Amino acid sequence: MSMTATAGRAHADPHHIGLVIEHPGPAPKRTVTAYGFWVFLLSDIVMFSCFFAAYAVLVNQTADGPKGSEIFEQRNVAIETVCLLLSSFTCGMASIAADVRNRFWFYLGMAVTCVLGLIFLAIEFREFADLVSRGYGPSRSAFLSAFFSLVGCHGLHVSAGVLWLLTMMAQVFAKGFRADVLRRMMCFALFWHALDIIWVGVFSVVYLLGGGA
Amino acid sequence: MQAVPTLEALMLGKLDWSAIPFDQPIPLIAGGVVLVAILAVLIWVVVKGHLPYLWHEWITSVDHKRIGVMYILLASVMLLRGGSDAIMMRIQQAIAYQSQGYLPPEHYNQIFSAHGTIMIFFVAMPFVIGLMNLVVPLQLGVRDVAFPTLNSVGFWLTATGALLVNLSLVIGEFARTGWLAFPPLSELSYSPGVGVDYYAWSLQISGVGTLVAGINLVTTVLKLRTKGMNYLRMPMFCWTTLASNLLIVAAFPILTATLAMLLLDRYLGFHFFTNEAGGNVMMFMNLIWAWGHPEVYILVLPAFGIFSEVVSTFSGKALFGYRSMVLATMAICVISFMVWLHHFFTMGAGPDVNAIFGIASMIIAVPTGVKIYNWLFTMYGGRIRFATPMLWAVGFMVTFIIGGLTGVLVAVPPADFMLHNSMFLVAHFHNVIIGGVLFGAFAGFEYWFPKAFGFRLDERWGKLAFWFTFTGFWITFVPLYAAGMLGMTRRLQHYNVAEWRPWMIVAAIGMAVLSIGVICQIMQLVVSIRNREALRDRTGDPWDGRSLEWATSSPPPVFNFAFHPDVRGEDAYWDMKIAAQQQSLEHDVPEYQDIEMPRNSPTGFVCAFFATIMGFALIWHIWWMVILGGIGAFATFVVFAWRDHDEYVIPAAEVAAIDRVNLEERRSLVSMAGAI
Repeated sequence: MSMTATAGRAHADPHHIGLVIEHPGPAPKRTVTAYGFWVFLLSDIVMFSCFFAAYAVLVNQTADGPKGSEIFEQRNVAIETVCLLLSSFTCGMASIAADVRNRFWFYLGMAVTCVLGLIFLAIEFREFADLVSRGYGPSRSAFLSAFFSLVGCHGLHVSAGVLWLLTMMAQVFAKGFRADVLRRMMCFALFWHALDIIWVGVFSVVYLLGGGA
Repeated sequence: MQAVPTLEALMLGKLDWSAIPFDQPIPLIAGGVVLVAILAVLIWVVVKGHLPYLWHEWITSVDHKRIGVMYILLASVMLLRGGSDAIMMRIQQAIAYQSQGYLPPEHYNQIFSAHGTIMIFFVAMPFVIGLMNLVVPLQLGVRDVAFPTLNSVGFWLTATGALLVNLSLVIGEFARTGWLAFPPLSELSYSPGVGVDYYAWSLQISGVGTLVAGINLVTTVLKLRTKGMNYLRMPMFCWTTLASNLLIVAAFPILTATLAMLLLDRYLGFHFFTNEAGGNVMMFMNLIWAWGHPEVYILVLPAFGIFSEVVSTFSGKALFGYRSMVLATMAICVISFMVWLHHFFTMGAGPDVNAIFGIASMIIAVPTGVKIYNWLFTMYGGRIRFATPMLWAVGFMVTFIIGGLTGVLVAVPPADFMLHNSMFLVAHFHNVIIGGVLFGAFAGFEYWFPKAFGFRLDERWGKLAFWFTFTGFWITFVPLYAAGMLGMTRRLQHYNVAEWRPWMIVAAIGMAVLSIGVICQIMQLVVSIRNREALRDRTGDPWDGRSLEWATSSPPPVFNFAFHPDVRGEDAYWDMKIAAQQQSLEHDVPEYQDIEMPRNSPTGFVCAFFATIMGFALIWHIWWMVILGGIGAFATFVVFAWRDHDEYVIPAAEVAAIDRVNLEERRSLVSMAGAI
């Protein structure tokens, strides 16, 4: 046995605390990638939590401008929510299709996800444009600043997600279901589902709590 | 009514000739000299034909050791820049008694803002991240970090931030708001220039780099460890790296969000922190310090790890109280998020809140105290060798205890009401940051330099550097404590109080001594490179080390280890050495196998190139260039994602040839030790 290969003195349990499970060594690449991406998502959620906190602090600072209940349209928000939740389902379908290497269902799942994401973005954009045209833009009051930033930050994430989605489809088209492509697909799916979770927070904190009061 | 923008405004945004400070000789000459120096180096590199070497071996390298070295190089260069700012401030305060001194107020304000920003973000951060990058995969017994190309991206984005900050010296101006850019001063109405924009965008870009490094190192420690490297067998430095990077992942997004809000205020007229329309300045204080206090521990925890390694190695003993050290590290990691309010006791939170945060701030000193005692007990009864790294470690213990005690003092809210924003505070945080982080960085630099380059640093110059820096530090900062007690507030461009003057003069003298220390450090590097053959370390284990980084050659081969080492306990390499001596050196030939390593990639460099363009364009409102930079960055990632070969193979025969040389050297060392 080479001396760089083994640590000689066999004291597996230096502190006599009973069973020690030996660490098996470096994890496989798929595990490492997914783990790292999870850590990234956690950091992203921390960033969102700052915007949530800012919204909570500023929600009553309307500076004689409109309150949330005066500008939120529950019907639009409901459609947005349905779109996004459905897109999470179709994204899941695309992931399964990728795992079984079925191109047709992969493209179909991704395309529907993309369309649903775009509908979501279009509704959000219309909401923003409408508010700005009525003079309720983000510079009207601190409440509106916080509202536009929180919802807009989520919207930017969805936009980035759509760009990633299209790139992903192009990559499967060009390269097929390679190991690295599948790893990226896994990360994309995690990202898309995380955006859903954040939207549930936005929906509850901004539109549900703010709409009624 | 909206004016139609002129072609010039469309093309160049806010940029015009007035951005170049022709009327201010100091930044102009300084900028000119730096520019000439950079050009000279570039020309020398090209003419001498080093460019292909630099490109293939360093700039596009995804090897964690090379990236670590580049981080440290960046930090060292920035240390000189931040140090020059410090010298200028000390001279200004020494002469600006009942006079304007030699720095006009708007310039002086930029200097203290740049000094803080550079020292924290572009010296301390890259220095510790560089050391973690260099050492942690080696200590864990693995071949690279979790995401090698991302690692390179992270480094180059940090370099982009540093470049933008330094660009502000010659094009435009830097923030005059202090290193945390508190609103409403940093809002557009009070800081209409580009200074705050330079500040915010360079921190946003380098912040992405830091976050990437954090994710990478967390994943590396948690998922990539060699066989048998259980959590409670990891070297202390790996534990502090884990804690520090968990803090990066949890805290840096707060900075990103906060600066994003400030930028929205400045660029699009939002009202997060303005005085009008319901904006809330205190929200900025809370958010920025919710990042800012963990940041302190992001910096100092790796330093604690370095001291643990150094003290144990140079005392020839295992670290005392390893498990209590792990516990203390993780306790600091958690509590560091619960003390942020002590940065603004005076700002009206009320006695109950202040009391809770005051107590929390005192509690966090307890695990730190545990660590100090552990280091002392590690030294107790050991055979201590006072090599340069050990000098820095002992110097740290003395300095840091004093700094910690003054910290506990200002953690008492009533005392803080007297000392808030005074020179006492300035002295306190320099006492812990220089005494903790910088001494730690220097200790790590001296300790691991032979590992990175294969030769030791000159001990004589190293010891001179330590003593000058140590003495200079105390001569500089004790007077600041005194001046603070006499009521001197921080950031004064000039003053009229005669009692403060002598202290300021002594501090300036201390600064001169400190500068000699820095010069000694540079001399040490020059002398050591010149005498590198005499200082060569052929064994890979120049300090009689205890952890796995010393089990491979110096510098390590690109794959670090021919085999993943099999770890059976704490101090893995120490155990191997003992075993090798007891088992009288077996000589069987191991079966070498092919090793796959990640290919080099220019992704990081190209990405940073576009990030620089984008950052510069955002600062100057050149919108077409922003779009161009964005498209370029996206295209870079697509090209990276499209490549077909991301790994290359080192054949077993080559691995064998490299490894055998190291084994031979090591065997002769062990047999010599065995004979004694």
